[in-house]
Amino acid sequence: MRRPVIELRSVSKTYGRGDVVVRAVDRVDLVVERGDYVAVMGASGSGKSTLMNILGCLDVPTSGRYALDGVDTRRLDERRQSMIRNRKIGFVFQSFNLIPRTSAVSNVELPLAYAGVRGGERRRRAVRALERVGLAERVHHKPSELSGGQQQRVAIARAIATDPVLLLADEPTGALDSHSTTDVLALFDELNAAGRTIVVITHEDEVAGHAKRVLRMLDGRIVSDQRAAPVVGPPPRHAARVAQP
Amino acid sequence: MNLVQILQFAVRGVAANKLRSALTMSGIIIGVASVIILVAVGTGASAAATESLSSLGSNTLTITPGADDGAIQFGPPAESAETDPETDSGTDVRAAQLTLQDAEALLDPELAPDVASVAPVVTANGVTATYRGESHQVASMVGSTPSYLVISDDTVQAGAALTETDHTARTRAALVGVTVARNLVGGDGSALVGEVVQLSGVSYQVVGVLTEKGSDGPGGDQDDRVVAPLTAVQDTLTGYGPLSSISVKVSAPEAVDAATAQVTAILGTRHRIGTGTPDFTIFSATQILEAVGEITGLLTVMLGAIAGISLVVGGIGVMNIMLVTVTERTREIGIRKAVGAQRSDVVGQFLLEAVILSISGGLIGIAIGVAVGSLEVAGFQLIVAPASVVLAFVVSVAIGLFFGIYPANKAAKLRPIDALRHE
Ligand SMILES: Nc1ncnc2c1ncn2[C@@H]1O[C@H](COP(=O)(O)OP(=O)(O)OP(=O)(O)O)[C@@H](O)[C@H]1O
Ligand SMILES: [Mg+2]
Repeated sequence: MRRPVIELRSVSKTYGRGDVVVRAVDRVDLVVERGDYVAVMGASGSGKSTLMNILGCLDVPTSGRYALDGVDTRRLDERRQSMIRNRKIGFVFQSFNLIPRTSAVSNVELPLAYAGVRGGERRRRAVRALERVGLAERVHHKPSELSGGQQQRVAIARAIATDPVLLLADEPTGALDSHSTTDVLALFDELNAAGRTIVVITHEDEVAGHAKRVLRMLDGRIVSDQRAAPVVGPPPRHAARVAQP
Repeated sequence: MNLVQILQFAVRGVAANKLRSALTMSGIIIGVASVIILVAVGTGASAAATESLSSLGSNTLTITPGADDGAIQFGPPAESAETDPETDSGTDVRAAQLTLQDAEALLDPELAPDVASVAPVVTANGVTATYRGESHQVASMVGSTPSYLVISDDTVQAGAALTETDHTARTRAALVGVTVARNLVGGDGSALVGEVVQLSGVSYQVVGVLTEKGSDGPGGDQDDRVVAPLTAVQDTLTGYGPLSSISVKVSAPEAVDAATAQVTAILGTRHRIGTGTPDFTIFSATQILEAVGEITGLLTVMLGAIAGISLVVGGIGVMNIMLVTVTERTREIGIRKAVGAQRSDVVGQFLLEAVILSISGGLIGIAIGVAVGSLEVAGFQLIVAPASVVLAFVVSVAIGLFFGIYPANKAAKLRPIDALRHE
């Protein structure tokens, strides 16, 4: 069997010290296989974002072991962590986090530039990523000239531009209307059908309904883990759409 | 990531934040330009003062009766004939006076080898010149020997100079300054040569017009004067009392101190001063130049300090802008790190942004400073001091770099999540 993309062993993250210690993530064990589509749900404050930030190497766990694509992240220095974020992970934030006053294509080029991809090739790949999210017409728009849904699609294009093995999304549809939500979910279905591993945090059952596997968190622990569709094969809704012509 | 790429990000960063870039640059521009301009004002003023003073001649001494009261006098004291001897040094009851014999005693190759020539001077006050119904109040009426003209560096621009014969024959001949001549006959004044004018009612024949000194010196209009033989002036205007002053030409500018000592010794002996306070005062143009140099130097330092303050104010402006934008920029740094930027990429980009802003701001500041600094303001030419250009540029660029990089470097050290959460 191929090695899992994510392997967490007793990972904890605590904030504060002494009497006011908050265990945002509490001894979590988790294995996510390549090609899986995982939705993480749970009440506000249950530790979803904290877990996601650790998965994305944006934050480090207080204790426990996290292997990403077989690489133990604790052993990595700052330099190699940056490289991991650049090559292996695409991160989509609830608040988009695009660089202001900078065109969509320049934003998408960013991870490619840090990966050392040069001029023309970089531009081509960025434009291709924007085409995949349906924004071929908006290449030179600044974030302020785009709707929330379009900005989130630019952010997704940026996340997939380097072809990472893992796509992480923290409430990607939290700031979007239902129409934009449908667009983003269709995009995720497509990306997963094409083999990309996706972990998405959400409060919405509609979003969770697209995933192959649903985790529920409570007080920093994973309290339920349900599988809706096999790891191999298309995600449930994508299949449904394809099934009815 | 290569340097070209980082430079491209830096240029984009500058272009994407136009207001911030403009404000940062304007702080640096104001700082640099004001330092250059204010120092140019100080340097220009000091050069102008020095130039007008150097017309007094750097190797002349002027001896006046009375003890040195410590006050700086500008120019030969025209009114000193009126000096009341009783108000001078308290212990010495002898009237402080300079005589013709004192002047002659100074021409002593043995005791005073550095004295080249000597001119006794009497001045007549309140002299009015009249000619064919025109009249003019003369600021300075000097009676002296022909060597006076040599010592004070005077020539005639029309007519002839006074001669030794005029002096010994007690001829009522006069040289007039251009201001006097113009006021009496108009034009360039040369029409007055050969004419007879009344000086306080006494007829003098004008033999020449003194060459124009030009600019107003510290003692007022230097061309508003009349020079006549000492003997004639004593005969007609002042009587045969003491001298107003003695002018001495020193053999070389370097010998001013030696000559001063020699003159002090000779007059001290003649006036039986012993170890007491001399009853005469010697001053040289060099002394005045030094004193004025000190004052203008102080002026330059003061303007420099004001300029330094504006540099600091500009720097604080730059600092404020940098600190205010740091929230936004820290988020940007968080985003860049989240998508894989190395710390060195981020710091490099912000360093280059700061370099671009500070250096172009500094260069614009220099351009403005040098442009304004080569103007003529209030009658004198501003002079740009190269050191001020270098100093202002270096300091303001350093400020720009520091406040550009320091917050960025701090932010680049954060974990991506902390940079993204920054508020
Ligand atoms: N930087 C921090 N410092 C201290 N406590 C923190 C910090 N970040 C998160 N926490 C705490 O950790 C816990 C988990 O927070 P987290 O953001 O992971 O929740 P969440 O499940 O994402 O909630 P939400 O659905 O509202 O986004 C919360 O109790 C929160 O107060
Ligand atoms: Mg959250």
